[in-house]
This record gives sequence, structure tokens and C-alpha cells, in this order.
Amino acid sequence: MTAPTPTAAKPTVQKDRSMAMQKAMVDGNYARLARAEAERRKVAYTFVPGNINELLMCFDLVVNYPEINAIQNGMRKKSGRYIMEAEKAGHSEDVCTYVKADIGMMLKGNIGPNDERLPNPDVLMLSYTGCFTFMKWFELLRHHYKCETAMLHVPYEGGSGFSKNSRDYVVKQLKETVIPTLERVSGVKFDIDRLREYLKESQKAEENWVWVLESAKHKPSPIDSYFGAIYYISPIFTAFRGTPTATEYYAELRREVEQRIANGQGPITPEGEMKNEKYRLVVEGPPNYTSFRDFWKMFYDEGAVIVASSYAKVGGTYDFGFRHDPDHPLESVAEYCLNCYTNHNLPERVRMLETYVNEYQADGLLINSIKSCNSFAAGQLMMMKEVQKRTGKPGAFIETDLVDPRYFSPANVKNRLESYFQMIDQKRRATAA
Amino acid sequence: MRCFIGIDLGSTTTKAVLMDENLDVLGRGITNSRSNYDTACAVAKQEAIIDTRFTLLRRNLGKAPGVAGKLDDVLGELERNFRLQQFLVQLADLEKTCQEYADEARYAAYGSAMNDVLGEIFTRLRKEAPEMFAPGAKRKSDFFRDNAGSRYMSIAEDLAKQSAIPFDLLLNLYDKAIIEVENRPPAEHLRATFLRGLEGVLARAPELGVTADMVAAPVHQALDVELEETYVVGTGYGRVRLPFSKEHIRSEILCHGLGAHLMYNGTRTVLDIGGQDTKAIQVDEKGIVENFQMNDRCAAGCGRYLGYIADEMNMGLHELGPMAMKSTKSVRINSTCTVFAGAELRDRLALGEAREDILAGLHRAIILRAMSIISRSGGIRDQFTFTGGVAKNEAAVRELRKLIKENYGDVTININPDSIYTGALGAAAFAQRAVIN
Repeated sequence: MTAPTPTAAKPTVQKDRSMAMQKAMVDGNYARLARAEAERRKVAYTFVPGNINELLMCFDLVVNYPEINAIQNGMRKKSGRYIMEAEKAGHSEDVCTYVKADIGMMLKGNIGPNDERLPNPDVLMLSYTGCFTFMKWFELLRHHYKCETAMLHVPYEGGSGFSKNSRDYVVKQLKETVIPTLERVSGVKFDIDRLREYLKESQKAEENWVWVLESAKHKPSPIDSYFGAIYYISPIFTAFRGTPTATEYYAELRREVEQRIANGQGPITPEGEMKNEKYRLVVEGPPNYTSFRDFWKMFYDEGAVIVASSYAKVGGTYDFGFRHDPDHPLESVAEYCLNCYTNHNLPERVRMLETYVNEYQADGLLINSIKSCNSFAAGQLMMMKEVQKRTGKPGAFIETDLVDPRYFSPANVKNRLESYFQMIDQKRRATAA
Repeated sequence: MRCFIGIDLGSTTTKAVLMDENLDVLGRGITNSRSNYDTACAVAKQEAIIDTRFTLLRRNLGKAPGVAGKLDDVLGELERNFRLQQFLVQLADLEKTCQEYADEARYAAYGSAMNDVLGEIFTRLRKEAPEMFAPGAKRKSDFFRDNAGSRYMSIAEDLAKQSAIPFDLLLNLYDKAIIEVENRPPAEHLRATFLRGLEGVLARAPELGVTADMVAAPVHQALDVELEETYVVGTGYGRVRLPFSKEHIRSEILCHGLGAHLMYNGTRTVLDIGGQDTKAIQVDEKGIVENFQMNDRCAAGCGRYLGYIADEMNMGLHELGPMAMKSTKSVRINSTCTVFAGAELRDRLALGEAREDILAGLHRAIILRAMSIISRSGGIRDQFTFTGGVAKNEAAVRELRKLIKENYGDVTININPDSIYTGALGAAAFAQRAVIN
């Protein structure tokens, strides 16, 4: 659900090579999308969690991620207008704001974040069904574009880990429904060896990505695993996983982070390197995108770094061992879909956050609950209390929204965050005494 | 002596608490927050210092031979005289400011008649001031704005009828001047004001049954004690505006948690309903915050909710509780939105429901919102301490007791008469800890 490029940076910002690479990749995909119709290339729309990017590439499809457009438009201050447009068209105030930002953009001529028109989809590839809103979202798009839809039903993981039955069920759908549909739409015959090649690239990128994520165990952490990770996750969560470019990006990112560790440096923020790490936090829930910089500033100004976040796992929980496997291509694509963070039940999510608080030596868990996301906001208070109980570290709860600028109240958010940081201080002093 | 001061800048009022190094509270001060937090902070602090002087005066006079048994009378006289002097100083400032505005070109048409009327208003105000501070006299409030304002209006209305100066012009002058006067930092020469207050006591010494010798020395001694401002900690929404550095600022969550713990050390759950937010705080046996929840998205269920309803019903805020207490049944108000609650209120009135029953329903609605915030923070643990302005509202307290009983059974419920100072008390304790520990 992420892939923004760093927008207008202040002149003092130190730009690493990886940042430039990431921006070029995102811009490149928008350019490909803009050219797609002229070049008579087929276009697929799909969502981030549990996406089957490598498989889509096997059919020469250009891939568009609607959530990413919503995020990009949020960061570029365009989403508010689009949301109002969608509301004018009859979507209620409580509907997911990713959906409304996307529908609004579509109604206004589908001009993408790069100010060029996005192509209409030839196929809507619904590869993950754990978020029911996704299904409704594509229903709306299908109604508008009158295009083909391929649906992959991913069983919800109610227990601990997925069963072989679930995996086989997904593989069966890939073979019997998804691949034939994509062949028909694209006119390209499926070649499993081509998929294997892409998965090899994915695996390489995934290795380095996990290394980068785990670098946050260092003190000070060389990365911010939430705000900073928004940029890092973009290639691997979207249209680039499986490409050599993405592999190169993660290798470069790893080199930079290695250097940062060697220099004892903290994470890079929009105002330069964060020095004096004071608080290490684990965060659950997506960030707010309309005031992304202001939101981040509330943390780094106080010396708070996010050492782990569940949000950086919505496109894959690699740090718990999963890798795409070229030897079992369709099975591993199925496992990937089943394994994304949003498909985990509450006890599993709690377990994961608890592990993060302990393994990353965090001071506590912060939940940023999303006003317009009922699917994933449900149960978060229970999760906070449970993690608090198990780790003995204080938790805190704030509320903002994804891309609706009307639901970001800076004074209130800041007030709660400051209270939380001081609460951590107070706890520390009490423990020391 | 070393003094530790906590200041709580609320959206409605600003509170200050002054304590010594043994955590003994010596003085409290309160003022309206106005648009100028710096001044509100200075005024609240000065009020806490004045209150501290009275504490010291009480201690000294209590030990003075011959004053025993007459202590309350003597102190009462001293305080009334002090407040009168303070009032007169502010009144002089107000008059000067009003006259300056009256000299502006736009009032030229009225010539000196305007100045004359103003002069007369203030002459009368000064004349009746001692009565306002006479023994047993009731003042409209503790704030200069309210006390001077209500009398100014009344006199101006009379004089306007008898002169060519329209009342609304006089009102306009007052409105402009009072903002300026209120936002001026308070004068520092308290000692002189106390000494003038002492003169008043001495003038009535025979009636009070004391002599100048008995009183003057202990008063001077108390005034001679140097109150060293050792450390100040600020809290509340305006805290970033406080004229001191970041180490001197604590969040109101921590301050309310610690303040409630200091008032009742068995406290485990704190509910604070203030002007613009409601907070539920869980603390451990040392007053350290374990968890908190505040109202999000919307301020329904806060003190302002009641303020809005009071405006809608054309009543004073303090009148709501007593009227709701007269209810025989509670009318159900479902809306969690303050403005919609106003609509529901008018709807119920139109249906012929009694005002007191509707008000009881509104009080229940605000407490229901608070109960939801409490449960999200982890529920109520024994003991429970209720703080903030709404804790003074008996109808809100009645609903809270009912709902706690229904949901949590028998729980000790603490409500301190000084609960409005809870945040400032916690802040003062943080100030003490910053130096002593």
C-alpha cells in the first residue's frame, strides 16, 4: 500500500543514491503507464497486499497500483479534492479514503500523480481478498471500465500459519482461473521458466531487504522502519519485485545502511540525519499521508525512531522467513499471498508486534488507527493492551487517516505523542530508581 | 525559601500551585486563560504567590500572642483589604485605558462629555468598591473582568440614559479596554498592596480585639520571607507558549496522573473532564502513568458540551447541575455531537419535556461518553479519582456514580474540592522532583 517518492525536499537534505534510484523507478513506472496505450501494451490494475507482480510480468502487463496513486496524491495534496469528488458521486463519508481518492481521480479524467493520464485497465487483478473493500473497489472500477476481472480468493488465516489445503486451493485458482484469464487478456502464453527467473530476482531483493529491516536492531538504529521504510518498501511491494532493478536497489540500500552502521549514524529524515536516538518504537497501522512530513517531524524532533512496523510488512512478512522460491514457483506465489500481514488474525498480529518490541528492544508500541479503515482498525485497542501486558512496555493509541486531510488534527496528535514520550521517560526513571 | 510552582494552562482557566520542598501546598491561583497565555500564566502564578503569603500570614499570626481566637477575623479583614487594594489598582488601570480610547478621533463628536461620563462611572465604581469587599459581601466571581464588568454595565446604562452618550459606545470602550488591561502583565509590587491591606486591619484593630503591636510584626515577618522561584513546570494545551524551556514542560496526562495520586494515593484510575478534552488515565501505586485515552476526532463529552447547552438554554454554566438535580426522570439524548445535542434539546423542549429532565439526560450523555473513554483506557480500578471543572457539577457526578456502580460495582470515588488544581499540583510536584531528586 505504499510507494511514494520523496517529494520536494529541502535543499539541506542529504540524498543517498538509493533515494534517487527509488524515485527514478517510481517515475519510470508512471511513464510506462502513460505510454501504454500508445505502445498498445496491456494494463493490469492490482493491489499491494499479496500481489502477484512476478506473474503479471510474465504476461508483459504494465501494472498500476491504485492504492499507490491514492498515497501519491495524498502526499501531493491532491487527495482531498478527489475524495470530495467521490463523495459528490455518492460515496459516504465513512468509506475507505484510498477508494474515494482513486474513484475521484478516475472521475476527474484519471490524471495520475505525475500529471499524465493513466491508461484504462485491460484487466483488474484482485489477488487478495482479506480486505473486503478491495472487492467492492474493483467492482466499482469494473462497472466504470467494463473490463475483465480476475479474482484470486485468498483464504483468511484464522489460525497460526496457513494450511497446505489453503495453499493448494490458491495454486488451483492460479492454474485454472488466473493464468488462463491473463493469457486471454494479454495474448501471451504463460511460461513457468520466465516466472522462475523473476522469482530468483525477488529472492535476492528479499534477502537484502530483510537485512535492512533487521539493521534497526542496532543502537542507534540506522533506519526508520516506518516513515523511512515508506520509501524502502516501494520497489518490493509494487511493480518492481522480480526485476533486476529492484535487486540492484536493495543491494545499494544495504550498502548505504552498512555504511551508516559503520559510522554510528541514525536514520535520515527530511531535515537530515537524526541524532540522539531517545525513543525506540514499534508502530502498528499505516501512516497519515496528507501531513506525512509534519507527522514524521513529531517523532524525529523528539528523538523517536521507529525500529519496526507492521505496515512495512503488508507487502510481505519476509522477516519471518518467507522467500519466493523459483523451485516451487506457483506454490510460493500462493504462500506469499497467504502470508501478507493483512491476512493474519489478531493473535498472530499480536505475536508479531510482541516479537518486534522484544527483539528490537523497543520502548513500546504505538498504534496509529485509521479512521476510514474499519477492516484493520478493529481489534487494535485489544492488540495494544495485549502487547503491553506481554512486554511490560507502555502502549499508546492515536487516530488519523490515510489520505483524507480532514482527519489529521496536528495539535491532538502531537499532544498524545508528547504525553506518550514523557510516559516512557517516567517509566524508565521509575525502573532505574 | 525554595518554592516549586506548577502551572496548568487550560482552555478555559489557568491554574497555578506553589509548594515547598516537602511537597506541602502553600498556595493556589486561578485566572481566566484569555487569549494571552503569557499573561494568564503570570497572573495565575502571582495569585498562587499571594495565596502563599496568606498561608504564611496565617502561620505567623496563628503563633502570635493575643491573636489566637481572632485569627480568622484578622486574616479575613486583611484579605478583604488586600483584594480591595488590588481591585482599585486594576480599576485605575481600566479607567486610564478607557479614557485613552475615548480620546480617539472617532469619538471627537462627543467632545469632553465622553470623558466626563467615564470619569463619573469610575468615581462611582471606586465609591462602591469597599462595599464589594465588605465582610459577608458576595462577589460575582474571583476575576476582575466579571466583578468590574457587571457594575460598569449597570452604571453606564444609567448614565447613558441621562446623557447624550449612547450606551453601546460605553460598552464598546469597556470591551476594548478590559482586553488590554487583562493582557497586561500584573504589577509586581505586592508588598505595598499587602501593607495597605494591613493599614485597613489596623484601622479596625479595636473592633477585631487586637492591637497594632500584636499584628504588625508577624505580618511584616511573613512578608519578609523570600519566596525563591526555584523551579517552574508548565502543562496544558498552551504549554508550548510558556516562557520557559522544554525541560520545564510536562504533558497534562502525566501531571493529572501524579496530581491525582498526590491527592489520593490509592488512585489507580483518573477521569479528567476539562474544557476541551476528556482524559482517562491509569496510574500505578506511585502515580506513574500506565495508559491513557483521550477523546479523539470530536470534543463531544467535554466541558464545552455543557457550556454550549448552557448558552442554548440561556442559562449560566453553574446553573445546569442544580437544575438537572431537580429532575424526576432522565430524557434520553442519543447524540454524541454537541451541536446535534442542541438540536435534540430543542426537539425535546418542543415535545413538552421538562427542562430539568432534559438536562439530566444531557448530563447522562456526557458521562456515557466519558465511560467509553475510561473503558478504552482499561476500565475503572479502585480507587477512582474524578478531576476537572465538570467534577464540580453535582448532576454529572450523580450520573457518574450510577454508571460506575452499574458497570464496576463498589468503587471508592474521590472528588477533591480543589480538583481543578490537579494538573497544576502534578506539575508542581514534577518541579520539586526536578530539583530535590
